[in-house]
Amino acid sequence: MSGLRLEGVEKRFGAIVAVGDAHLHFPEGQFFCLLGPSGCGKTTLLRIVAGLIEPDAGRVLLDDGDITDVPAHRRNFGMVFQSLALFPHLTVGENIAYGLRIRKVERAARRKRCEELLELVRLPGVADRHVSQLSGGQRQRVAMARALALEPRLFLLDEPLSALDAKLREDMQVELRQLQQRIGVTTILVTHDQREAMTMSDRVVVMNEGRVAQVGPPLEIYRSPANTFVADFIGTSNLLPAVVAAAGRVTVAGEALAVAALPDGLGPGAEATISVRPESVHVLPDSAAGENRLPGRVTFVRDVGVSVETYLDCAGHEVISIASPKDRPDVRQGDRVLVELPAADIVVLSA
Amino acid sequence: MSALLRRLFMTVMALFLAAPLAVVAGVSFNARKQLLFPPEGFSFRWYEELFTSAAWLVPVRNSLTIALVSALVALSVAVPIAYFLWRWRLFYARALFTLGIAPFILPPVITALGFLVFWATVGLYGRMEAVMVSHGIFFVTLPLVTVSLGLESIEPEVVEAARTMGADGRQVFRTVVVPLVRPYMISGYAFAFVLSLNEYIVAYMVAGFTVETLPIKIFNSLRYGYTPVMASVAVVFVLLAALVFGGIARFGNLPKLLGAWTPER
Amino acid sequence: MRAPRASRAARYAPAVYPTIMLGLFFVVPFAIMLAVSFAHRVPGGFYEPGFELANYARFVSSFFLGTLGFSLFVAGLTAVICILVGFPVTYFITRMPRRRQVVWMVFLLSVLSLSEVIIGFTWSILLSRTAGLSNLLVWLDLMDKPVSWAPGFAALMCGMCYLGFPYTVLVLFPALSRLDPELPEAARTLGASPLRTFFTVIMPIYRNAIVATVIMIFVFSLGVYLLPQVLGRPQHWTLSVLITDQAIFQSNLPFAAAMAVFLMMVSLALVGVTLLLGRAERRAA
Repeated sequence: MSGLRLEGVEKRFGAIVAVGDAHLHFPEGQFFCLLGPSGCGKTTLLRIVAGLIEPDAGRVLLDDGDITDVPAHRRNFGMVFQSLALFPHLTVGENIAYGLRIRKVERAARRKRCEELLELVRLPGVADRHVSQLSGGQRQRVAMARALALEPRLFLLDEPLSALDAKLREDMQVELRQLQQRIGVTTILVTHDQREAMTMSDRVVVMNEGRVAQVGPPLEIYRSPANTFVADFIGTSNLLPAVVAAAGRVTVAGEALAVAALPDGLGPGAEATISVRPESVHVLPDSAAGENRLPGRVTFVRDVGVSVETYLDCAGHEVISIASPKDRPDVRQGDRVLVELPAADIVVLSA
Repeated sequence: MSALLRRLFMTVMALFLAAPLAVVAGVSFNARKQLLFPPEGFSFRWYEELFTSAAWLVPVRNSLTIALVSALVALSVAVPIAYFLWRWRLFYARALFTLGIAPFILPPVITALGFLVFWATVGLYGRMEAVMVSHGIFFVTLPLVTVSLGLESIEPEVVEAARTMGADGRQVFRTVVVPLVRPYMISGYAFAFVLSLNEYIVAYMVAGFTVETLPIKIFNSLRYGYTPVMASVAVVFVLLAALVFGGIARFGNLPKLLGAWTPER
Repeated sequence: MRAPRASRAARYAPAVYPTIMLGLFFVVPFAIMLAVSFAHRVPGGFYEPGFELANYARFVSSFFLGTLGFSLFVAGLTAVICILVGFPVTYFITRMPRRRQVVWMVFLLSVLSLSEVIIGFTWSILLSRTAGLSNLLVWLDLMDKPVSWAPGFAALMCGMCYLGFPYTVLVLFPALSRLDPELPEAARTLGASPLRTFFTVIMPIYRNAIVATVIMIFVFSLGVYLLPQVLGRPQHWTLSVLITDQAIFQSNLPFAAAMAVFLMMVSLALVGVTLLLGRAERRAA
């Protein structure tokens, strides 16, 4: 089974391109996240996969078979909606068994399957309650159970955790991931929360303004962002303008810095942007001269308990450094310091 | 496939609803009195007659006057009830609200009969003021429903915010409630106005022999050999309604005024 | 958040004016009418106060009871047709993009401005032999000869449904617009075809609204007075026609009042029964 494939999928709403020329492959059994800011097209893409929206161009393939024209109710993809969309006039059990009923499964079998699913989502014994009697977290689980009832080919989720409070949300992220690993169903989840994507997925699809910005495992996207958008969106990042000086060297704020690698196509004199993660930035006393150190001034220090954030001004650009309490730099607001950007931690991106 | 069926269904319904409008327009522009198909001859003469002949202008003026005043009466009764219920959910408020809905729920002929008997007993039978008041009470339901809808759509937090900034009850009413509810009051008034213009039975029973409103005149003319002028009246009224409600739609949010509410994501 | 405790008097202040208006001009007339229904008829005049059941007795005759039955039948049929057609139409309208929705709303509101007389008049033309639909069909070669469909029962039903339709849509519109669009989508992802979604998800959710609308159209149709005269033959005249006839042309107010009271009792009873049935059903569920 080769999984789900999107070829050249496009969707326009009037003059706005919601999804532009998307080529994606979702191999079997993995957990994917569609990640991006509001309006980037991730929900539209998910709905195209579900069959709720027809693409203007391109094909949707499942195991090499073209399902672009197959209507939503024949695709057998389970979906959890942002509003959960639980049927208010049915009990929990009837909600979960809705799809089974359509498939003419008989009552005893329906009941059994319903109990199985409620066990699976850790909500046993509520089959006869009404939806309105459940809490937000419980409704969440019922929605998931309902989507999984028909043993769907794909498990699709549209920002399912956005209505939950922070603690519950974190717990559910872990649970969802464990659930998926237990069942093994190919899962695609849409979210704007990059922490969520990093926690749960095998691969992340980062989207921006209808286009796919980068696809890859979470850590790879974090460590090696392909462009400034991804660098900025995933985690916090220090982005500084630079000019390529020679192979392995760039000029930032008048200083020459060594870098580990340059992307193809950027020769000497080319404009670029460098990205450095705050945890890689070291704040050193003014006297400690050396490689890859920029002069700077401390503008603000924030101690949040679990980490210390130092805000710096390097020739007019803001740089943030994050350190653990043990390694906190001994500086105060206004001090002149040297800011170290280690060569191995600099990612050079085209401007 | 089903999208096509839906289109077809809605088109058929639109045709069904538009058919009488087409006929009425056809009759009003027909050169001759008798309408035939295919139609022959186009003429404005019936409109001319409508706007020049006293036989028609008097009922038009009567109807407009009654409509203007009675819609105001209806609104004036509806707003306190709606506000009363919204502010204090007392049993009495509920009862008053039900009473406000009642005139519309009863078959109009019964209400008309009630008014007939009442005004006859009080001795004011046959006067235009009696029609105005009767219509005003009869049409209380519409502004009551729209204004209640409007009050319901006010987020309670908006009122609370005003309170925390020092506004007392009366100020809250004047500066927060009224501006937010005003569009609903206008649409309620428009409804009552349009319905009063076309109302026949109450006007007929209360003062039919002395005050001739337009619907009465039309029905009489229908009985005694019709004249296409009544079709011109209908066309004018429809255009008026389309203009009024189109205007509300243009400068306001018509679906919201009619109660639409899309759930927040 | 409740307002600070206003004094009792101040709280009831807004209710004074409406109470007076409704009390004086609605409750009193109704009470008088009730009284009149028991009064004694003076031939040629109005009535003189009395208490007799003669009017009610006269009503309980086969002719008038037959008319009552027919009136209930017509009103019920109208309500059913209006809801069967009106519910899907309203649903589709709420799913439309805003611009088209507004066009439909203005259209329906303009149709509302047609008076009952005009509706009767135009439908009688539409269904006539000389300038109606049958002429159009003959012109399109779909029929041989033009035919007159009015006056008649079908014509009456056409007019009644046309009259009640805009109200049906306007009443259902707020409720249906609140439908979470993801509900039918969820049903689709669970394997329900659009038709099945409509009957197993959308209609059950709106059962109460449907019942309320049916009742409203039913009561509204009971009171229709002009259409039966314009579009129907004398055998199609409903009770409302007779009431007006007795009140105005026969100058028999007590009898008219008696019939009106009877009609009202019957319709209230039917409404009450339907509501009770609904409540019982919900309790049993």
